[in-house]
Amino acid sequence: MKVTVTVNGGEVAAEVADRTLLVHFLRDVAGLTATNVGCDTSSCGACTVLLDGRSVKSCTVLAAQADGRQVTTVEGLSSGSEELHPVQQAFRAEHGLQCGFCTPGMVMASVSLLAENPSPTEDEVRSALEGNLCRCTGYHNIVRAVLAAASERRPS
Amino acid sequence: MVRTEDPRLLTVGGTYVDDLREPELAQAARVTFVRSPIAHALITGIDVSAAREAPGVVAVLTAADLDDLPPPPPDSGLTGTEGLPFPLGGHWSEPLFAVDRVRFVGEPVAMVITDDRYQGEDAAELVSVDYEQLPAVVGVAGALAGESLLFPPAGSNVAVSTGTPADSAAFDGCDAVVEQVIVNQRLAPVPLEGRAAAARWADGKLTLWVSTQNAQIARFILAGALGLDPANIRVVAPDVGGGFGAKIGVDRDGLLVAWAAKHIGRALRWAETRSENMLAMTHGRAQRQVVKIGGTRDGRILAYRLEIVQDTGAYSRMGGFLPFLTSLMAAGPYDIAHVETAYQVVMTNATPISAYRGAGRPEATAAIERAVDLFAAEIGMDATEVRRINLVPADKFPYTSGSGATYDTGEYVAGLDKVLTGAGYAELRAEQARRRETGDVLQLGIGVASYVEITAADADGGETARLVVHDDGTATVYTGSSAHGQGHHTAWAMLVQAELGIDMSKVTVIHGDTDLIPMGVGTYASRSLQLGGVALQKAAIEVKELGRKVAAEMLEASEADLELDVDRGVWQVRGDPATSTTWAQVAAHVGEAGLAADVNYTDGKPTFPFGTHLAVTEVDTETGKARLIRHVTVDDAGTVLSPVLAEGQRHGGIAQGVAQALLEEMVYDAEGNPVTGTLVDYAIITATELPSFELLASETPATVNPLGAKGIGEAGTIGATPATQNSVIDAVSHLGIRHIDMPLTPARVWAAISEARESR
Repeated sequence: MKVTVTVNGGEVAAEVADRTLLVHFLRDVAGLTATNVGCDTSSCGACTVLLDGRSVKSCTVLAAQADGRQVTTVEGLSSGSEELHPVQQAFRAEHGLQCGFCTPGMVMASVSLLAENPSPTEDEVRSALEGNLCRCTGYHNIVRAVLAAASERRPS
Repeated sequence: MVRTEDPRLLTVGGTYVDDLREPELAQAARVTFVRSPIAHALITGIDVSAAREAPGVVAVLTAADLDDLPPPPPDSGLTGTEGLPFPLGGHWSEPLFAVDRVRFVGEPVAMVITDDRYQGEDAAELVSVDYEQLPAVVGVAGALAGESLLFPPAGSNVAVSTGTPADSAAFDGCDAVVEQVIVNQRLAPVPLEGRAAAARWADGKLTLWVSTQNAQIARFILAGALGLDPANIRVVAPDVGGGFGAKIGVDRDGLLVAWAAKHIGRALRWAETRSENMLAMTHGRAQRQVVKIGGTRDGRILAYRLEIVQDTGAYSRMGGFLPFLTSLMAAGPYDIAHVETAYQVVMTNATPISAYRGAGRPEATAAIERAVDLFAAEIGMDATEVRRINLVPADKFPYTSGSGATYDTGEYVAGLDKVLTGAGYAELRAEQARRRETGDVLQLGIGVASYVEITAADADGGETARLVVHDDGTATVYTGSSAHGQGHHTAWAMLVQAELGIDMSKVTVIHGDTDLIPMGVGTYASRSLQLGGVALQKAAIEVKELGRKVAAEMLEASEADLELDVDRGVWQVRGDPATSTTWAQVAAHVGEAGLAADVNYTDGKPTFPFGTHLAVTEVDTETGKARLIRHVTVDDAGTVLSPVLAEGQRHGGIAQGVAQALLEEMVYDAEGNPVTGTLVDYAIITATELPSFELLASETPATVNPLGAKGIGEAGTIGATPATQNSVIDAVSHLGIRHIDMPLTPARVWAAISEARESR
């Protein structure tokens, strides 16, 4: 079937098998490999992207379901490695990543959280990230990064 | 300090194996493994004809196709001495594809090669394997019973049996003696990136891209398994999404991908699913221990015995080596006159065991830290006081422990005191007493674990570094060490800047490519900084001395009068800063010959980091649910190069340690079927189950290397696991509970509480 998705502002159209997962559409068709696959049970969140502005696990969404919709991946958050989005910047400043595999999903989940709740408490951050697994950081610096990004964005 | 790695990882993502878009892999086909669904069976037939006809299928391969490989390794001649090389070979050899018998659920039986990934999943379903089921050997009890054998020609499921016979006389002088059976459960490492490989055979050369902690070791294993000259193999480790010991070298699955690419003459890619990863990547821990501890009523421990049965799973990979390390570190940080250890390594119908963050040392610490708490409870003394009495005093270093390890440097008592003060130990005990008195549903537990561990245990294996300074003032580091999250690129750049004054931003760090770095060992055993870092520091010093000679010539000054201004990265004549030259000019002056140094550092010695962890848990006495609410630690790993990176290592290790104590376990049923084979069933710890951690600083320099560094990678799992376990048991100790095995799930804790209340 033909699927057309607006990915990071640009249109990507392709003939794909009906069962194509959105994550594979992004990786194999759109050529955006930052979004990773970390499990096969929707447990780990490594594949988290924004679909029409809300976070989804792209391993559990068919490409067909994204037809005609907007997808944002971590590649679409900033114009390049020099100008980071505030959440990316906070992850860097607070050492919120180690191996980097969960990071794109973790950043997108954090962006989604802050869009819904610009001033979360530590407990709210932990709760919002429950569906995103990290095996390296113990979450300590990820939580600090999200809180730092929130206070950075809060008008003083 | 921010990491040099991060802008890329945060914006376009890392390049893990499955992200590779190299032209050589443009036409690569996909590998899908067909794995055994049965724990123990004879293979009586494999029919691949239907699979071969399925859409997109390029090839279907089984053991019958392995006709172009060297014979398996000979018997290692194992007789039961310590520290043996693993795998064992001979009777115990592990094939690539299962030949006529499968020994664990997840063992590779066949491989389907297709044009795309979904076709592979379909075609794999069509491979028909006839199995004649055999009784499964489940757990150490099943292995020792010996009613069913994994390797009938060996005549036993016990591959190794060694150690000191029990000497009951050693406990004769004790006022109190306690014995306890302890299960250190089987865990899945679960790096977020599973195993992955891509391979291409062209012009007589094999290239393997693989998610590994050690490209060079992977090449060595590959050369042996495929019968190739290492010179005709290039192994590349691109970004690696976590390893935790389970990506040391390369597994049979990765070897098969490499072999198949050569066998069928087409580039191949493989990235396992998480469900495959849970079954077929190695597991860790899996020891049954018996501890016996005795001492005086005033708290002096006189004798300790640790007996281990190591379940090494279906094949003897590194699992056989782990109890050697556990035995070596059995005495922990304590000055105990008499220590005995003994262990057996047994085969079971389960996933092979190998290194997992700590690899044998967390098991040693878990055993003695439980034993110390049991002994303290028996004599009615505060467990932290028992620790203080028995910790090796600061004036006794270097100190050779009762189990035979020689600890280099330490301030064990100071570390304990720092944690107790930092946590407010007295106040915590007061709060605990208050809750006990009021019968609060949420009881408070305070658990402490002191530890010493061995890092860079194989220091004599060395590590390599090559440093080149270029005529544009930049530098390139080629390191044999291997990054998979630790921050090598940042740390190595820091070392170059500190030594040469070349700004970190101008230092490129290259690792994990055997064409560029033929010699190297890689990353495990917390060895990177103390071996790879020292190798680089030595290379930088060599480059500096070369630079001094060249700069002296250029500035027409004597070498003795030259100094390097490391703030500016400029050579200058002492007292005359105007007469100076830059690294770029020095490198340009040298020209083609290059300003470079190669070091293979083999003079390192193992180091012994130490520390104390204190965990505070709340246990709901109505549901058995334990929640960690505080975690306070001292982890002394000698001189710290980067506090940020070192703390990151501690955070991650603590989380994994807490996870073992409270949540994680690979469980098999009576037929050897894994029942925790996905991330839905296997309880990886999440952000909601952890507090922020309270890390206290302590630096007691190592004396065996010039950086003063010890390893920090595994401290977290070593300290946090028993501290958390002790804390949960402490929360319910007033009910008469002395021990609960990990993981301390609500069901287990609730059962222990119920039993204790009934027996009162």
